[in-house]
Amino acid sequence: MLFRIRCEFIYIKFLVIAGIYIHIPFCKQACHYCDFHFSTSLKKKDDLIQCLVKELRLRKNELGNEVIETIYFGGGTPSLLDRDELSLLIDAVYKFYIVSEHPEITLEANPDDLSVKQINELKTTQVNRLSIGIQSFFERDLKLMNRAHSQKEAKASLSLATQYFDNISLDLIYGIPGLSNEEWIENIEIALSYNVPHISCYALTVEPKTALESFIKKGIIDDVDDDLAQEQFYILVEKLEASGFVNYELSNFGIPKYISKNNSAYWLGKPYLGIGPSAHSFNGDQRSWNVSNNTKYIKSIQKNELPVEREVLTITDKFNEYVMTGLRTIWGVSLKGVELSFGNNYKKYLLQQSEIYIKQHLLYIEDDKLLTTKKGKFLSDGIASNLFKINLS
Amino acid sequence: MKIPSMKNIRNFCIIAHIDHGKSTLADRLLDYTGSVTDREKQDQLLDNMDLERERGITIKSHAIQMDYEYEGEKYVLNLIDTPGHVDFSYEVSRSIAACEGALLIVDAAQSIQAQTISNLYLALENDLEIIPVLNKVDLPSANPEEVTDDIVDLLGCTPEEVIHASGKTGFGVDNVLAAIIKRIPAPKGDPTAPLQALIFDSVYNTFRGIETYFRVFNGEIKKGQHIKFVATNKDYYADEIGTLKLNQVAKQSVKAGDVGYLITGIKTAKEVKVGDTITDFAKPTTNIVEGFEDVKPMVFAGIYPVDTEDYEDLRASMEKLQLNDASLVFQPESSAALGFGFRCGFLGMLHMEIIQERLEREFDMTVITTVPNVSYHAYTNKNPDEAIIVNNPSDLPEPSTLNRVEEPYIKATIITKADFVGNVMSLCIEKRGNITNQTYLTTERVELTFEMPLAEIVFDFYDRLKTVSKGYASFDYHPIGMKPSKLVRLDILLNAQTVDALSALIHADNAQYIGRKMCEKLKELIPRQQFDIPVQAAIGAKIISRETIKALRKDVTAKCYGGDISRKRKLLEKQKKGKKRMRQVGNVEIPQQAFMAVLKLND
Ligand SMILES: Nc1nc2c(ncn2[C@@H]2O[C@H](COP(=O)(O)OP(=O)(O)OP(=O)(O)O)[C@@H](O)[C@H]2O)c(=O)[nH]1
Ligand code: SF4
Ligand SMILES: [Mg+2]
Repeated sequence: MLFRIRCEFIYIKFLVIAGIYIHIPFCKQACHYCDFHFSTSLKKKDDLIQCLVKELRLRKNELGNEVIETIYFGGGTPSLLDRDELSLLIDAVYKFYIVSEHPEITLEANPDDLSVKQINELKTTQVNRLSIGIQSFFERDLKLMNRAHSQKEAKASLSLATQYFDNISLDLIYGIPGLSNEEWIENIEIALSYNVPHISCYALTVEPKTALESFIKKGIIDDVDDDLAQEQFYILVEKLEASGFVNYELSNFGIPKYISKNNSAYWLGKPYLGIGPSAHSFNGDQRSWNVSNNTKYIKSIQKNELPVEREVLTITDKFNEYVMTGLRTIWGVSLKGVELSFGNNYKKYLLQQSEIYIKQHLLYIEDDKLLTTKKGKFLSDGIASNLFKINLS
Repeated sequence: MKIPSMKNIRNFCIIAHIDHGKSTLADRLLDYTGSVTDREKQDQLLDNMDLERERGITIKSHAIQMDYEYEGEKYVLNLIDTPGHVDFSYEVSRSIAACEGALLIVDAAQSIQAQTISNLYLALENDLEIIPVLNKVDLPSANPEEVTDDIVDLLGCTPEEVIHASGKTGFGVDNVLAAIIKRIPAPKGDPTAPLQALIFDSVYNTFRGIETYFRVFNGEIKKGQHIKFVATNKDYYADEIGTLKLNQVAKQSVKAGDVGYLITGIKTAKEVKVGDTITDFAKPTTNIVEGFEDVKPMVFAGIYPVDTEDYEDLRASMEKLQLNDASLVFQPESSAALGFGFRCGFLGMLHMEIIQERLEREFDMTVITTVPNVSYHAYTNKNPDEAIIVNNPSDLPEPSTLNRVEEPYIKATIITKADFVGNVMSLCIEKRGNITNQTYLTTERVELTFEMPLAEIVFDFYDRLKTVSKGYASFDYHPIGMKPSKLVRLDILLNAQTVDALSALIHADNAQYIGRKMCEKLKELIPRQQFDIPVQAAIGAKIISRETIKALRKDVTAKCYGGDISRKRKLLEKQKKGKKRMRQVGNVEIPQQAFMAVLKLND
């Protein structure tokens, strides 16, 4: 799979549209940096798909009457599914939910899966958007990260996909040990040459208990360098903005038309249902998540039991989440929104806490919104943490 | 039951090196005499403070009374369990003053250690009958023959007088009890004489105020009696008196030879001077025993609230702490960096740690403790004969006006294995120590005596000693007076601003090294912030070392999807809570533990 874009931002309750996320927990091989939930054994694939369909049925009332605008196959590697399997799942969504007239249906795909045959098959399904996990056009980087595809496959998949689909997103990774700024520019330029309307770029992050972490600890791979990551982020923003992309969220860039069409609703805090092992759901007041284990997931669904844990968000939780996610986007944190949703005290608190960062040119206020500057954006977690409200009980 | 007369009372304390098993043996004595019910039983029962239980050490002496029948006669045994750690040795000397005998416990695997000897001498000075107990004989590593020989050598007793016992299995407890009755003399005193009782401890109880523990030497103390404390010259009515069982037992009177408690409505610990004499108000005794010397603090450090607004709360908490720990002294001070706080005097580094922990735990006060220092005497050119007491780096006069400085020295005793003598010596020499004596206690074990500056044991001495001796060294010390010193104040600048709370008083010869290490350590402890922070060490205007904490470049996770949001929010919330333990100085955020960085230079 690819990295997923899944942030919801505004808690103001005017939203009626919703999304469904379906997690496909299988991969051909494990990328060294990955801490997502997946299995490299396909033995349980059939059982699992049956269970996904069943979960869709079991949860059909959870979204009430909300209209499904987007269906997203993430993973794992959803491009491991064949046409029939995809159709089975899409049909199930149609059967149990109210789906809008032109839903956006995205499939995360790895380059090595996008053969001519596969693309042709996909074209016969209702999938209308591809998100392709390119990560790099350099063989060395792909090897270092243990991706399943080669640079040749990366390029070939894009040439092919763009002939069949116009709504394509691709993923790149920067800050890879050994990736120079020149090479990074080259990666960006190759990506741009395919004229895709959406690009996601992530700084390589060393997650605990990954192979990457252990290689770095052992000194086999150099540690990631924050200074370099920051430089490459600046290069990225400059290059993509010059090509007409909007950096609407820290790691996401889109041609304006495509942001509004495909993403903005998504980013504006709509509820979504996450189906499959480890998938997360959100209904505006409560988050829930399924067990991260294929066997446990299957066993439970077969017994008609949802393998789920829930957390109800307090007002403070919602405020903190809004600040944390809002600072990453061009929509920022709406001061009016804070006042309406959380009250004047929260707004005052937020302004008072922001003061020091405004002085340091890391935050600014425009159109009644609190926004990060270019420099602030790359520090936004630390800043958000300081803007948080903490109940000391 | 008929109250046994004085000849059937025995007063004794249990003394030993730290961890040799005093409190555990006390458990067994309480069991054996039936002084606790099965329900009340627990390990190291007398260590009733949370902190004592958690750390497995005794901090305060504890007195308790047992009834025991031996060879058809009923006896009253008053036991006082004492702490082994050198910081609390004053507790031992007080307990000793209330007793006629002492159980000297020696760990059968560890043999004689530094506090075995120092506590033994305290007991001998007070003419106590010593009963040597070879403890932990159940240990597979126990070495009973050799250790018995060591004890025989030390005390000049016979091997038969050494009682073999185990606090773990209860082995030998009957022999210990028999020895207490047969060897320790019954108290002497005149029950009809005017009241004369020694205050050997006081304990603060939230509900009952101060409980005074005493030992009656002559006469008797009766409930309701009009009494006087001789040294403080205050008089009270004995509202409640009684004896110290596991729970206090109120009595109508406590007679000569016995130990008991007194409640008079006293609210503050300061009003009770341990070592003072209690007597009758109308018919005072003429027999005043000499009191104890006041306990003197050995190290000083600033304690500040992390949140400046908590200053008054901190004061209230410190006052309450002082109620049950009269050895804590403090006075208000202020720091440019930290605002208002207190300069506190402690008995040693363990005591300092304990106070800080108790503030956090019992009073929910998050505090910053600054670099500790000992108490120096500074003399200026203007007044070369008048000592200025320097308990705080900022009290040190300007170098140009300084005539000389003196620092406190200690006599340090270290017992170690012959193999480590070389290591220990070079450590002590590095710590500016002067060896004065080296005695082979046995072919294996050596006692080294040094004179060295007290200041040196404040900085990482214990840890180093443990390392160089692989744990086989015990250490004891006592102050021996002031000696000339070459002292400088090492200042730390963050972002070109001196942070007074990070200053330390250091011997000139160590300044360069410590300055460099301090900068390195602070670089490690202060989190990267949104801008570069230069860290400098300086003596006067001279910068002797420099590091830079590089600005944070990336502080955001690239991914942010559904599943991450809760997790990430919680992580950032935790980070924010962590910041509550930091202090903003200028625009730099300094974590609490950075203020003590100098103590952890070698970690
Ligand atoms: N095997 C064995 N262990 C013992 C015996 N007596 C005590 N211990 C253990 O030794 C450790 C120290 O025991 P304490 O009774 O707390 O020692 P202490 O002398 O009171 O220690 P301080 O009060 O801190 O000086 C504990 O872990 C006990 O369980 C014994 O007879 N045999
Ligand atoms: S393809 Fe790689 S990055 Fe994507 S889920 Fe599988 S292992 Fe993780
Ligand atoms: Mg003890």
